[in-house]
Amino acid sequence: MEAAMGLMRRMPPRHSETALSALLSLLPHNSSDLLSQVDLPLQVLSDDDSGKRFILCEYNRDADSYRSPWSNKYHPRLEDAPYPSSKLRQLEIEANDIFTVYCDQYYEGGISSVYMWEDDNEGFVACFLVKKDGSKTGQGRRGYLEEGTWDAIHVIEVGPEEETTRYCLTSTVMLSLTTDDVSSGTFSLSGSIRRQMNMNLPVADGHLCNMGKMIEEMEGKLRNSLDQVYFGKTREMVCTLRPPSEVLPMRLPDS
Amino acid sequence: MAGEETELSDKQKKEIAKWFLLNAPAGEIQYVAKDLKSVLNNDDVYDEAASEAFPVYNKSHMICLEMPGRFGDVLVTSYGELQGNEYLDPKTAQVAIVDHVKQVCTEVRPATDEELPTPYVEEYRCALEAEMLKYVSEAYPKGSCSVYCINGKDVEGPGYDFELVAVISAARLSPQNFCTGSWRSIWNIECKDDIQVLELKGKLQVGAHYFEEGNVQLDAKHECRDSTMFQSPDDGAIAIASLIRHHETEYLASLEASYLNLPDATFKDLRRKLPVTRTLFPWHSTSQFNLTREISKELGIGK
Repeated sequence: MEAAMGLMRRMPPRHSETALSALLSLLPHNSSDLLSQVDLPLQVLSDDDSGKRFILCEYNRDADSYRSPWSNKYHPRLEDAPYPSSKLRQLEIEANDIFTVYCDQYYEGGISSVYMWEDDNEGFVACFLVKKDGSKTGQGRRGYLEEGTWDAIHVIEVGPEEETTRYCLTSTVMLSLTTDDVSSGTFSLSGSIRRQMNMNLPVADGHLCNMGKMIEEMEGKLRNSLDQVYFGKTREMVCTLRPPSEVLPMRLPDS
Repeated sequence: MAGEETELSDKQKKEIAKWFLLNAPAGEIQYVAKDLKSVLNNDDVYDEAASEAFPVYNKSHMICLEMPGRFGDVLVTSYGELQGNEYLDPKTAQVAIVDHVKQVCTEVRPATDEELPTPYVEEYRCALEAEMLKYVSEAYPKGSCSVYCINGKDVEGPGYDFELVAVISAARLSPQNFCTGSWRSIWNIECKDDIQVLELKGKLQVGAHYFEEGNVQLDAKHECRDSTMFQSPDDGAIAIASLIRHHETEYLASLEASYLNLPDATFKDLRRKLPVTRTLFPWHSTSQFNLTREISKELGIGK
């Protein structure tokens, strides 16, 4: 498994689906481990009833059907499928509505979904997902991107309700972008990172408020990290391969 | 794919293994090989896949190998390929015999006359190579380059066209810093002898991979064209090298510009740093039930 994860870290991020498929066929006995540890770009379905789209993931799946957060029904229809309790479903509905507004603000569109389910420890787990197509043919307002996708998966484990409740957030962001123009050719960056954040927050502020703030903070950190650290490192590497001409006269020692 | 219990055939496994090897980022194929061997757990299939994938990878990445006997380095490229594992180094007129899977040069022999261009073409090739070596040693801290004749190497005198190709290959490996990168330039030069014109076509490819607690890769490509007049091998060489220097410097600058645009422009089409209101999202509210209405009011959204 370690070797399999090593391979996933080296394969080009835009080919992660192919890489995972290949690993699944080579290691069929490790399939559940692989599926839980490797994140893939999110898929989307349309809800029959409202026509609204929702995101597919392990957390709203049962067998080959997926539950829509809008209608709370499985697509395709399924007998004996799990549903959140009615109390949790209320929270889930509210969460989906608010998260839609949040996504409008940050993603200027995009598709979002929130799924919740009870866990064994008297708490619950919530999964917030966002998928944005920022290409100029998609929802990219400024038309910079020939191709551009951002997929975010935030899973929060909420501890049993006490005055101060524990929230454990694991976030994964996968993104890829390509710009293409005559003078500079194609420029393509893609990647994925995963981070965790744990906080103890007063339940009086409300679960959605607490979770929302954590997600917002985490997304901001990930966006900055991807931009400055990760993309920054690739930029540094390019300048190491071929330093800009202003630097050349002061030949630095080989590092 | 899920639930399929049928075992893959050896041929299918080999194809999958080749795919992993061929998609390894620059300089990382040995690491991929190690992990792949572990996952495959079948040395025969691995060996077959490796014998097919490594040569393709090595040529595509234009790897640089040291030749035994103080002849310097040789670039493994399709332009210099004489046979499956024999590669010409035009600079020293030596042929390197290469073990693709181990990525080493095992021995060296002098090139035969048939393998080298005519003295007429060689004058051009050599002059260009000298200028290119000067340029590469200045511009690339760890770059290698070679100039090959890929067409018309038997041209004996003026009046006939021939084609040269200049390749530049630079790679950086920093596994302890979780970062690797490569720069590959391939410049085709068509010498149109009758009109004394040199037509230049360049293909530049830059890649980088950073993988400390994550996996981010850059893949950038660019093509460009240019042309120049020439009188003699020497001034032709100087002219070409200077055009190449100019285009490559410009390309680097445009890469920098793409990076500079990222945080505020390009990235914005994916996710803004902050909403239009320039404040964080107003999660606070009197009661959860009214949260949506309150927020919509605050943000002035008609709902």
